[in-house]
Amino acid sequence: MWNYLIRRSFYGVLVLLGVNLFTFMLFFTVNTPDDMARLNIGGKRVTQEQILKWKVERGYDKPLYWNRAAEGTHKATETVFWDRSVSLLALDFGRSDSTSATDIGHEIKTRMGVSLQLAVPLFLLQIVVSVAFALLLVFFKHSRIDFWGVVACVLMLSISALFYIIVGQFLFSRVFHLVPISGFESGLDAVRFLVLPVILSLLSRLGSEGRLYRAMFLEELGRDYVRTARAKGLSEPKVLFSHVLRNALIPILTSAGSYLPFVFLGSLVFESFFGIPGLGAYVIEAITGQDFAIVRSMVFVGSLIYIASYIVIDVAYTWVDPRVRLA
Amino acid sequence: MMPKIVILWSDVVVIATLLLLLLYGLRVRASKNLRSTWTQVVRDPAALCSAVVLLLFFAVAVVDSLHFRRALSDVPAAGAQQNQAYATRTESLLDVLLARQLAGRETSYSAPLAIRAFTKDSVEVAGKTERIYPRLLYGGKSLADDAEWAGDVLQRVMLGLGLGLLLALVIAAGVAFALARVRAERFSSAWRALMRNQTDLPLRAALLTVLALCVVFGPLFSLAQNYHVFGSDRTGNDVFCQALKSIRTAFVIGTLSTIATLPLAVGLGILAGYLRGWVDEVVQYLYTLLSSIPNVLLIAACVLMMQVFIDTHPDLFETGAERADVRLFLLCVILGLTGWATLCRLLRAETMKLCALDYVQAANAFGVRAGRIMVRHIFPNVVHLIIITTVLDFSALILYEAVLSYVGVGVDPSMNSFGGMINLARTEMSRDPLVWWSFAAAFTFMVTLVLAANLFADGVRDAFDPRSRTFRPRLRKGVVA
Repeated sequence: MWNYLIRRSFYGVLVLLGVNLFTFMLFFTVNTPDDMARLNIGGKRVTQEQILKWKVERGYDKPLYWNRAAEGTHKATETVFWDRSVSLLALDFGRSDSTSATDIGHEIKTRMGVSLQLAVPLFLLQIVVSVAFALLLVFFKHSRIDFWGVVACVLMLSISALFYIIVGQFLFSRVFHLVPISGFESGLDAVRFLVLPVILSLLSRLGSEGRLYRAMFLEELGRDYVRTARAKGLSEPKVLFSHVLRNALIPILTSAGSYLPFVFLGSLVFESFFGIPGLGAYVIEAITGQDFAIVRSMVFVGSLIYIASYIVIDVAYTWVDPRVRLA
Repeated sequence: MMPKIVILWSDVVVIATLLLLLLYGLRVRASKNLRSTWTQVVRDPAALCSAVVLLLFFAVAVVDSLHFRRALSDVPAAGAQQNQAYATRTESLLDVLLARQLAGRETSYSAPLAIRAFTKDSVEVAGKTERIYPRLLYGGKSLADDAEWAGDVLQRVMLGLGLGLLLALVIAAGVAFALARVRAERFSSAWRALMRNQTDLPLRAALLTVLALCVVFGPLFSLAQNYHVFGSDRTGNDVFCQALKSIRTAFVIGTLSTIATLPLAVGLGILAGYLRGWVDEVVQYLYTLLSSIPNVLLIAACVLMMQVFIDTHPDLFETGAERADVRLFLLCVILGLTGWATLCRLLRAETMKLCALDYVQAANAFGVRAGRIMVRHIFPNVVHLIIITTVLDFSALILYEAVLSYVGVGVDPSMNSFGGMINLARTEMSRDPLVWWSFAAAFTFMVTLVLAANLFADGVRDAFDPRSRTFRPRLRKGVVA
């Protein structure tokens, strides 16, 4: 197990290095720092001095990959690529490109806390609600409940999450005045602001998740151990809840696990619609403000979290399914 | 004077998709195996009905993809040397069909079928300035008096319904005629079989879908001759036209993005699965790398870079439509380049499975070259996976476009798209009094398109992957839904 973890982490670092190289190429080669400077300073007439000043302030004035002017190993280290890579790998994200130049690392830390407040309850509820819904459909297999349940699922998964949000906000905040439309407060008050996004997010994913889990349960229901359990006279609920549920947890874990990174990264759409100052909203602000330093840092943080989540999910397998041995 | 025909990048895609579909259709006809699988797809009533809906939408997309620029006639042509001047606006064939609606621009919001504006304005009435709801410039133009409105609407609805029903009847008769020819029996017995649902394919269900479409679109088009059927937006543009024009954007994104994934996914997947060794390692590293970057962030980063490139090189594009189109095209390419990991993984695993089979081993033993084995023996046997993924991704991508447009990395704001409509609807829904029609129109069109695509995809998956058929909800005998 430890062997496996070490190997996976090593591979993870290798992937991170690749991500770093890839994002650097994307952000610095497709458009040169000069283009960036011109865009960021704005205005039609941008002098060469202004561009140079902008670049020096952010440390973009060195050569990109290879410094011919320097000596020995400094040929590689006296470059923008080296500077950026070393600081990113040390999780020092520097300052944003915009004129306010906020500290990205600090911003990410505080915002991740907010994102977690929305995403953790959502993540847990999502699994419980979707599994319960799928179990209901499977329990009433070959009946009208199952049939119309699946029809509802297909209909629900054909509707964009944006529609759920707009209609939900309109109904619950404007017509019934149950919850505030958007905003956020820390502490217990946050619940008022989080109820609606959580419910709407649950609804928007229920269709696809419910149908997927239903298929997983049906797959398990066709196995031999189910027939054995029925043959020895167990009641159908007993078969479903204590045998099928536990075995279906393995594929369900894989599917739910793919949402794990977003627990930390937050949801782009939901956070910005409801004015929750989490990481998702941060990314949107960065995109609309064309702040490349933030986007670059977030890509790196995102892949770091992805890689970590996949390792966590692998470990979780051994816990759910004792047959799985990580070696 | 001849208009200048403009072929935009995405037009090529739509037309190429059409040609590819036709070619594939010919291939299906020739191959017994494929024919039986596809017959199974259309035997599913839901799949056939949604195919009818998709065909209609696709037809709109194709008509909207034939672009040209009008020749300017008022420019004096001083001899043959002078180049003919063309309008800066690029139009499509659909624009010509909707010329009346596009030309009838209001100044601001107007409710569906309204003849008066949505907000009050100062208007001079008989020498005095009053604040009233002024008459619209275009909506209800032919009416002399407000009181005529109800009668006119009713008359137009009836006319539309009548024409719609007539069209549906003609199509049904045509189908019955074709059926009679195929079955070599009389028209009346073919008609009877059709009405009693005694045909091999669920043709009655398909004809009911045609009927429903005719009944809905007949009155819509007949009303659109005199009104804004779905109202107008903030700048006074007809929402119905916007919704129709958004269909093409959705189609381009749905098809081009998946087509763009194919070269990398298929090539690398089969190579990695067949050759193994270091090639496999490199391919695995590549797709692990890609899939470990959050998708939206990766797309956002790529699109931002593309935007900067387009902004800094304005001289590359002749018209605004061209720029918007290149942006759409590149967006799809980006979606493709960032989305090939899943299919690649799937194909790699399938290829590894196929390599162990006897016929591949035999080909190997006969000394067939590796390239030939991959092309002749492995590729045809993974095509079903490619088809399933392509049709399943289609609807997901249309939904994704809306999210991307909201995030700000979607299509050009000047291009009509469902994402853009929803984006605007967001602010409209918080207005008081409520402006709901843009939202409702985007919702109706988008849900219809995505639902049809989903149902069709389910049918295709069930036919190509028999294992998935067991998950279909079925009712026990005796229980009728």
